[in-house]
Amino acid sequence: MIAGIALLAGIVLGLILRPTVPTWLEPYLPIAVVAALDAVFGGLRARLDGIFDAKVFVVSFISNVTVAALIVFLGDKLGVGSELSTAVVVVLGIRIFGNAAAIRRHLFRA
Amino acid sequence: MTVPEDPAAPDRADRADRPPGRLRGRQRSAALIGVLTLLLGFAIAVQVHANSSGDALAALREDDLIGILDNQNARADRLRQQIAALQQSLRQLQDSGDKAAAARRQALEQARALGILLGTLPAVGPGVIVTVTDPDAKLTGEDLFDVVEELRGAGAEAIQFGPVRVSTSTSFEGNGGVAVVDGTEVPSPYRITAIGDPKTLDTALNIPGGVAATARAAGGELTVQELPQVRIAVTRTLPPPKYAQPSR
Repeated sequence: MIAGIALLAGIVLGLILRPTVPTWLEPYLPIAVVAALDAVFGGLRARLDGIFDAKVFVVSFISNVTVAALIVFLGDKLGVGSELSTAVVVVLGIRIFGNAAAIRRHLFRA
Repeated sequence: MTVPEDPAAPDRADRADRPPGRLRGRQRSAALIGVLTLLLGFAIAVQVHANSSGDALAALREDDLIGILDNQNARADRLRQQIAALQQSLRQLQDSGDKAAAARRQALEQARALGILLGTLPAVGPGVIVTVTDPDAKLTGEDLFDVVEELRGAGAEAIQFGPVRVSTSTSFEGNGGVAVVDGTEVPSPYRITAIGDPKTLDTALNIPGGVAATARAAGGELTVQELPQVRIAVTRTLPPPKYAQPSR
């Protein structure tokens, strides 16, 4: 509940303020967003499973974002930045899909 | 809930052993979750905005960028060639315009010079004013014509006889007392204005046996007044040539 409201508030804030992304953050922001989405979906699924834990959620959220950013950073340094970004997005996307499927089963029993 | 276990999901860890009743801890974690999701929403909005408003080139691959760059370079080359061609034609047009202007200026100058010589334009310059008295009414048109001829011979460029502008076709008649110049009666004393070198004109009129002597022999007097500037305001109109055509 809080999470949903905060998410909406954040989107509205972003739309109102319209900040420009600093250049150094540009390659990391999309990956970080996807990683955070993965954490959020995981949290939602855990909540529906009745096993949600705030600490786990917070830790997984932060670690997801940090690791994703680190991978991209490392990939940039190694010269495979775009490929690694793609890999991270694919992996996180698969996880999001898995979580979304679980959530769907919970909600629609199908 | 027979949900297949997802080992990758970090939030699957069952923390059922969480001690209940820790209200402050729950509040704090709720606030933390709120902040994190707020940040997520913010980041989503910012990223979407940056992606849609940023220029399309930023998202393109290197190969595509190289292709675009090549295209742009080729286009720039074409445009540069066009610029060069247009500049050349501009130069040509300016040259021809300059030539036309120079020709027009030359023609204008020529027309002016001819206008002075032919008497169609007023003239000003150094010259002489000749006064011929003829108390005995003995000077004929021919004598007066001699005066004009003498002036011409001495290089007079514009001559006015009485109120008449003298030119190539001017006629002189008269048998004494009154001269008829181009059909206009001019009574004595005659006043002739001529533009030319004053000294030369004076000398030409006063040579021994010249027109001054003729005037004196007829009982009159010919006086020459050298002036640094005389003005001939009278003009005449030229009839267009009836028979002669310009030929090259």
